[in-house]
Amino acid sequence: MEFFVTLIQVLDSTIRLATPLLLACLAGLYSERAGIFDIGLEGKMLIAAFFSAAVAAVTGSVWLGLLAGIGASLVLSALHGVASITFRGNQLISGVAINFLASGLTVLIAQSWFQQGGRTPSLFGGGRFEPIEFPFAEAISGVPIIGPIYSELLSGHSILVYIAFLMVPLTWWILFRTRFGLRLRAVGENPAAVDTAGVSVVGLRFAAVAICGVLCGIAGAYLATALQAGFVKEMTAGRGFIALAALIFAKWRPWHAMWACLLFGLLQAIALRFQNIDLGGVVIPVQVMDALPYILTVVILAGFVGKAIPPRAGGEPYVKER
Amino acid sequence: MDKMPKWADVVLIPVISLILAAILSALVILAIGENPVEAVNLMVTGALGSTYGWGYTLYYATNFMFTGLAVAVAFHARLFNIGGEGQAMLGGLGVAMVCLYIDWPHWSIALLAAGLGAALFGAAWAAIPAYLQAKRGSHIVITTIMFNFIAAAFLNYMLVNVMRPQGSQDPATARFPEAVHLPTFQSMFSTAENVMFRGAPANISFFVALLACVVVWALIWRTRLGYEIRAYGHSETGAVYAGISPVRITIVAMLISGALAGLMAINNVMGEAERLVLNSTEGAGFIGIAVALMGRSHPFGVFLAAILFGFLYQGGAELALWTSIPRELIVVIQALVILFTGALDNMVRMPLEKLFLAMRKGAE
Repeated sequence: MEFFVTLIQVLDSTIRLATPLLLACLAGLYSERAGIFDIGLEGKMLIAAFFSAAVAAVTGSVWLGLLAGIGASLVLSALHGVASITFRGNQLISGVAINFLASGLTVLIAQSWFQQGGRTPSLFGGGRFEPIEFPFAEAISGVPIIGPIYSELLSGHSILVYIAFLMVPLTWWILFRTRFGLRLRAVGENPAAVDTAGVSVVGLRFAAVAICGVLCGIAGAYLATALQAGFVKEMTAGRGFIALAALIFAKWRPWHAMWACLLFGLLQAIALRFQNIDLGGVVIPVQVMDALPYILTVVILAGFVGKAIPPRAGGEPYVKER
Repeated sequence: MDKMPKWADVVLIPVISLILAAILSALVILAIGENPVEAVNLMVTGALGSTYGWGYTLYYATNFMFTGLAVAVAFHARLFNIGGEGQAMLGGLGVAMVCLYIDWPHWSIALLAAGLGAALFGAAWAAIPAYLQAKRGSHIVITTIMFNFIAAAFLNYMLVNVMRPQGSQDPATARFPEAVHLPTFQSMFSTAENVMFRGAPANISFFVALLACVVVWALIWRTRLGYEIRAYGHSETGAVYAGISPVRITIVAMLISGALAGLMAINNVMGEAERLVLNSTEGAGFIGIAVALMGRSHPFGVFLAAILFGFLYQGGAELALWTSIPRELIVVIQALVILFTGALDNMVRMPLEKLFLAMRKGAE
């Protein structure tokens, strides 16, 4: 029974930790499926985290904070779009620049606005996303097995968690069941064909990059206003890169992305709770758990366990006439 | 016929990009309510106004020369090595092992051995992504990013669980023995009545970095291997047609790149900290990207860009000390430089090319 309680707690924390990964991972999915590599997920999350917390702290409204976060993330998306679509620059270098820009600007602005060493004031009350209790959660929490699963594991998360998980079927539907999705995937595989069909490659790619910005914005806002109460320097802590890893792990597919993010979230939850794990004599140091998402991704990339093949036109700027 | 004269490509575009980055940085400083002119003044006096300032500027520049060369060599083979940070961390581990576990009679022999250790460890860390890119087609950018994180976890493990001296709480190795301490600029250039570079960390590694610049120049432009690397970078199909093996060039270029990034450790670990600490690299691996882009992947350009970034780093530290502008301003400037010289290169290039074409037409 004690094991079951621990399990529920770890899984509960898995869902919380997987949420920002999932949002960022789906963000990357749209962008990369349209042929725009994005290693700037981290930076966009970071700037969204800061602006959402800053606006929520000043106005006391978390919803305004969310909007500000999405807005800030969209600005960086636009920059990425201009650099990599309009000026046909190197998408990877642009992503690197965006990460540094966010990392520097957030601290600079935070220091200038709040003078608290690069953090925002702590959020409370309406400045945070509160957990949502499912109906009857209190009533059936005493029922064995089902009770804890329903009232602790599934109920009691912030609305952004549910939005993130609803985004998975929605993304699948958009990508694989709508005309927009078909074109978006086509533009990542063979932009010339899309262009020949009379559809704007530039327009589609900008749309994909914008969706990516919105989702990264929600991910960042979740970090600063739901998972934690306020912004601290470098609070994304490599999550954008774990999301990128999850995207490769999932081979650019929405449902698989969810499972990959849950797996990486679980690793984080375990590392957070147990530190060094003693398996009857063999101790797994906490650093192994930290490194595992990256190691798994390299193994997948190496193609030893099912090869990950990215969208074919990924990373290449589209030139209309040769 | 080229659209632009060569000097415009090599000098004008980086300078214009730099000016754009500087203007935007000035706007950022204005926006947070400080005076940009005063800020530049403070930076110049702080970084270049004394031998002490120069001692720090050149110390940072040494790091950036190594990492910048690392990125530049990979760029020549059209490989983007983002893993300089991880490779430099591993280089630090190599230096620490050489310095701690072997008794050295004199620093000069120790420097040779530590340099070798650093280069070997750095190259080894680049070897796996290189192999995966060459043989399995895994994207080098993604694998090197992953290897940065794996390196950080690995170093954390080594420092906390293996190399930390007994009884110490600090996740760091023991201090290196006296015999392997490198001569600093202070001990090299000071006279009895005139102390120069007092307390500054610049050390003899600076000259190793200069040597590395020359060696890389010779390698890229004066050897057969360098020619093959450049040929492969220009056109893979062309290189294959000429009998150059893509697998070999990818792996060799990445090994050289990793070795150069690893070599940075003789400066920051052996020369300055004199022990291995967590986060000893302080992001220098990433600054190498900006330095290589700014320096147009040419060793002389890398040298100049490294000095510029050394100045920015030391100047930024002085700014943080005397004004309310935090050190992160440098990160913003660095981002803008990467953005303009790397990603938005065409934004500067296209209008310039038009201008030169128009001028040429006018002359005819």
